[in-house]
Amino acid sequence: MALVNPTTMGASEPHTSREWHVAVDADGAVTAPGSPASLDGRQGSRTETIQLLTPEGERAEHPDYPLELTADEVKDLYRDLVLVRRIDTEAIALQRQGELGIWASLLGQEAAQVGSGRALGSRDMAFPTYREHGVAWCRGLDPIKLLELFRGVSHGGWDPAAHRFHLYTIVIGSQTLHATGYAMGIQRDGAVGENGEAVIVYFGDGATSQGDVNEAFIWASVFNAPVVFFCQNNQWAISEPLERQSRIPLYQRASGFGFPGMRVDGNDVFACLAVTRKAMQAAREGQGPTLIEAFTYRMGAHTTTDDPSRYRLASELEAWKLKDPIERVKAYLVRTGSANASFFEGVDEEADQLGRRVRKSCLEMPDPRPLAIFENVYAEPSTLLDAEREQYAAYLDSFAGEAPR
Amino acid sequence: MTIMTLSKALNEGLRKALENDPKVLVMGEDVGKLGGVFRVTDRLQKDFGETRVIDTPLAESGIIGTAIGLALRGYRPVCEIQFDGFVYPAFDQIVSQLAKLRMRSRGFVTVPVTIRIPCGGGIGAVEHHSESPEALFAHTAGLRVVACANSADAYAMIQQSIACDDPVIFFEPKRRYWDKSEVDTAAELAAALPMGRARTVLEGTDVTVLCYGPMVRTCVESAVAARAEGRSVEVIDLRSLSPLDLGAICSSVRRTGRCVVVHEAPVTGGLGAEIAARVTEECFYHLESPVLRVGGFSTPYPPSRLEEDYLPDLDRVLDAVDRTFAC
Repeated sequence: MALVNPTTMGASEPHTSREWHVAVDADGAVTAPGSPASLDGRQGSRTETIQLLTPEGERAEHPDYPLELTADEVKDLYRDLVLVRRIDTEAIALQRQGELGIWASLLGQEAAQVGSGRALGSRDMAFPTYREHGVAWCRGLDPIKLLELFRGVSHGGWDPAAHRFHLYTIVIGSQTLHATGYAMGIQRDGAVGENGEAVIVYFGDGATSQGDVNEAFIWASVFNAPVVFFCQNNQWAISEPLERQSRIPLYQRASGFGFPGMRVDGNDVFACLAVTRKAMQAAREGQGPTLIEAFTYRMGAHTTTDDPSRYRLASELEAWKLKDPIERVKAYLVRTGSANASFFEGVDEEADQLGRRVRKSCLEMPDPRPLAIFENVYAEPSTLLDAEREQYAAYLDSFAGEAPR
Repeated sequence: MTIMTLSKALNEGLRKALENDPKVLVMGEDVGKLGGVFRVTDRLQKDFGETRVIDTPLAESGIIGTAIGLALRGYRPVCEIQFDGFVYPAFDQIVSQLAKLRMRSRGFVTVPVTIRIPCGGGIGAVEHHSESPEALFAHTAGLRVVACANSADAYAMIQQSIACDDPVIFFEPKRRYWDKSEVDTAAELAAALPMGRARTVLEGTDVTVLCYGPMVRTCVESAVAARAEGRSVEVIDLRSLSPLDLGAICSSVRRTGRCVVVHEAPVTGGLGAEIAARVTEECFYHLESPVLRVGGFSTPYPPSRLEEDYLPDLDRVLDAVDRTFAC
């Protein structure tokens, strides 16, 4: 089996029109029976979800996505998954203790992020939303840098070029256009073809309703830009379910824009890796854009300020827990005898160390200097800002000798 | 020196920028084969190719959003927004992304995007084709906002904007596109007045009139008329709306003791409000009378049969000048 309709697992239905959300047949193919009379006869109703590792940890094969992984490679993926979940857990705790203003949890989306993140080459460029902590990890960005944003120390502040990982983008969908423009730059640099470069851009199911995302699809399509649109459909845009964004499965939108789209089991790190690799390679070679819909689930709240119990049933979460992205890799490693208890203990210990380091570094993070407000607003001198900085510095100096605020 | 229209001067400036820097791109709706609806980009695609002069899909947010991506890749896109009233779909990308990326990245990212916007009224156009949204951008930190008023400035300032590492909103006075004046295309760009500086167009001793873009010609004509009545009006073309050249503004007002700000945009919350406040703060004890503003009314831009009532003209500028002497 592949994806299970959570609504068939004993839960009462919170939203009446969710029947196409996912259903499954004996072959593991997911069927979208159609929301209100919408798809009957007018559009293919079978929705294939590409899956290479079942929730039970069994390998599945797919003719279009052959994937050979050594035991060590699988163990590396497992390690990534565990470590990024630990970063997430630690960050949530830090927020609860008042050390972070907010945190956007990736819980449940580790496989989508690690799978796609590990599919990238060192020269590829990634454009994240604000939840791509797993991709950031794959790009070698220190998690502490992510915390700066959520602690209010900076607006991001890492060097996107150095990590081939753009700044987090809060405004929904804006980055899809940046990624597409960047990909057009790759074309103009003649960096498409053999040893080419490509761009991946992350966004969510909610973002697919944004004008910018649709404009990015058009731009990428008509210019054949080397960009992969990686949509993590985690089923919820804060409180709004997928059917408030779309009447059709999201990946099917690609055909209307004129490029391929496919749905991958977003909780399957193998499938996410294989599908992203292939799409990135196609982009690098000049075959243009691809839309990948990683079908996953936001197991946590939208952010630490959110309370999902107001809009969704606990049973839905319980159903998705059975498809946990980490447990299935662990099951696979155990099943194939690729890893023993000491390996898992070692990864857990490493995760604990990472958690401690994240915590310590967060607590030690200094507040920026007040005059940093004026820095980097402009690349070239601004008479206006120079005057304001001078005035504010003088104002601050007027308190010299008094107790600090 | 060559006499050319303002539109041709922009075309020559863009051509020069494309020649001098292979990273410069021109992009927008109809900028390629057609050469732009005002022909500002005429023949550029023919000479520099479709890779560098790009006819884009018809979506303004897409134009600016992809230009940001191109800038992140090391390019210097010059975007055309076809008309002032069409910039709003791109407003989010300009304000939330373009203006802030450098600060958000702590200086790691530079986005040298120039956005050309034909602005202002006076051409008898239908709605959304005659607006003056400069205050919205001047209010936005991280952007530089400039306006050209003659051919020489059009030629130099468009090149300066493109060379600038900050994003620049470049306003072009569309009703002055066909005005002709001298341009020295042989002169070094480095010799041109920096784009952040204001220029005194006419020297005077009695009152300072501050203006920019399409209103410069109107104000010069007003000053000439005032001279016949014995009033010496100093006309300053601000050129840079953000940051303002407060040094030039204040030194003039301190000499004349009177100040009138003129723009087509509604006076409420307009550039004139900011300038009046600054002048009051900096020059209060030199002022003989309150700073006055002449501008559009606090209404949407009217149907074109009424635009002559809406737009400041010679008489309304003179009326304000007279009122500064009434105190």
